Amino acid sequence: MCEENIIICRCEDITLKEIRELINKGYTTVEEIKRITRAGMGPCQGKTCGLLIAKEISKMTNKPMEEIDLQNIRPPYGGVKFEEILTDRL
Amino acid sequence: MKNKANFVIIGGGVVGLSIAYNLAKRGIKDIVLIEKSYLGSGATGRCGAGVRQQWGTKQNCLLAKESMKVFENFKDILQIKRDIELKQKGYLLLAYSAKELEQFKKNLEVQHSLNIPSVLLTPQQAKEMVPDLNIENLVGAAFCPKDGHANPFQVTFGYAEASQQLGVEINKFTEVIDIKTRNNKILGVQTNKGFIETQKVIVAAGGWTQEIAKMVGIDLPIFSERHEILVTETVKKILDPMLMSFSYNIYCQQTPEGSFIMGYGPEGEPPSYNMDSSWEFLEIMSKKATFLLPPLKNIRIIRQWAGLYNMSPDKQPIVSKIDQMEDFYVACGFSGHGFMLAPALGVLMADIVTESELTYDVVLDIGRFERGEIIAEPSVV
Repeated sequence: MCEENIIICRCEDITLKEIRELINKGYTTVEEIKRITRAGMGPCQGKTCGLLIAKEISKMTNKPMEEIDLQNIRPPYGGVKFEEILTDRL
Repeated sequence: MKNKANFVIIGGGVVGLSIAYNLAKRGIKDIVLIEKSYLGSGATGRCGAGVRQQWGTKQNCLLAKESMKVFENFKDILQIKRDIELKQKGYLLLAYSAKELEQFKKNLEVQHSLNIPSVLLTPQQAKEMVPDLNIENLVGAAFCPKDGHANPFQVTFGYAEASQQLGVEINKFTEVIDIKTRNNKILGVQTNKGFIETQKVIVAAGGWTQEIAKMVGIDLPIFSERHEILVTETVKKILDPMLMSFSYNIYCQQTPEGSFIMGYGPEGEPPSYNMDSSWEFLEIMSKKATFLLPPLKNIRIIRQWAGLYNMSPDKQPIVSKIDQMEDFYVACGFSGHGFMLAPALGVLMADIVTESELTYDVVLDIGRFERGEIIAEPSVV
């Protein structure tokens, strides 16, 4: 399959081609790619794409996976409605 | 990494990169920029992404206005291909007391002296602009249609690319360990990846600037404090302008791709380098945000984080040469507004290091505190 048809980040619709182009430009960390493309900033917070991007970085830079840091996982860990927080304390 | 440089800039946030770009643009060679993590990993990448010109002091208004001109023509000026997602749908500043409205009127006079197109609105006019706005207790508002949003990451990477095109060497993931000096002269910068011989150092390290300055024995009158912020899922457009209230203490905007981003100034937060997220923030923010915009109740919060405001005594930037150490310069104390002022701050630092006349009529040198020339900024969240 053609790399521009392979979606790596489903929340933000980012393709493998876009990821590879950035790695070639020297953006070789998940955090940087996240900030440029928004991959990993959607509702799932990179649960799928984070690892896929890390693998691609590992492959293209010849660094072992253990040396590739994943993105920061930030609270609240899953989507929480404002309303749920408001009613929690009532 | 080069082991010798004309200038070493410490800090790969938007201000450090704007400085690098502006210096290189003036023909200065052999500039090396050092960033301890990735570009924009500090305050720049954690900010609220707002760009506003509605300030209370003439110099903040001027810096913001000149910076906005750069944001408006970013690609052409920097000669790069990068969309910074500029959205100019205005800032709507909300007044909840007669005293606050009076301050807005004073601010407007300052803004109008610089042709910033801000206006006063009644609560009803504010409601027309944002139909979902709860106008309970609102007494009036100020609005500038040219204010808005820009993507901090794209601006930062844009400055980085433009700097590199002009020959600046950028070293990411490189940490400054020490700055070697002798007889008040800089000898070089020791990093975890090697020593760079240089006589000139510019520090734009955001919340950590005072720590770097301590390496050369300089005590800066600034401190860092945690500010928290959150972002929601993307939803359909309901909010055009950035909403902001100083007395109610909140800012909230919908970004061009549809997520809401919002934060508030912490109350009683001690100076620190703490960047942890707190549950209290979510709880207080939920109350504030849903009071202001009731439809937010059904929108999901996706992510929260924290960053450091680097506070100065008058809440205005310090862009200055430091007299006690030869060729040592700092750009700091932005008090939460470094991103939106970065284009102009870079120009000013380039003026200072090249000993040119200042492009803008402002007083941002560190000596202002000793001279008692402090005009504090009243409009800060």
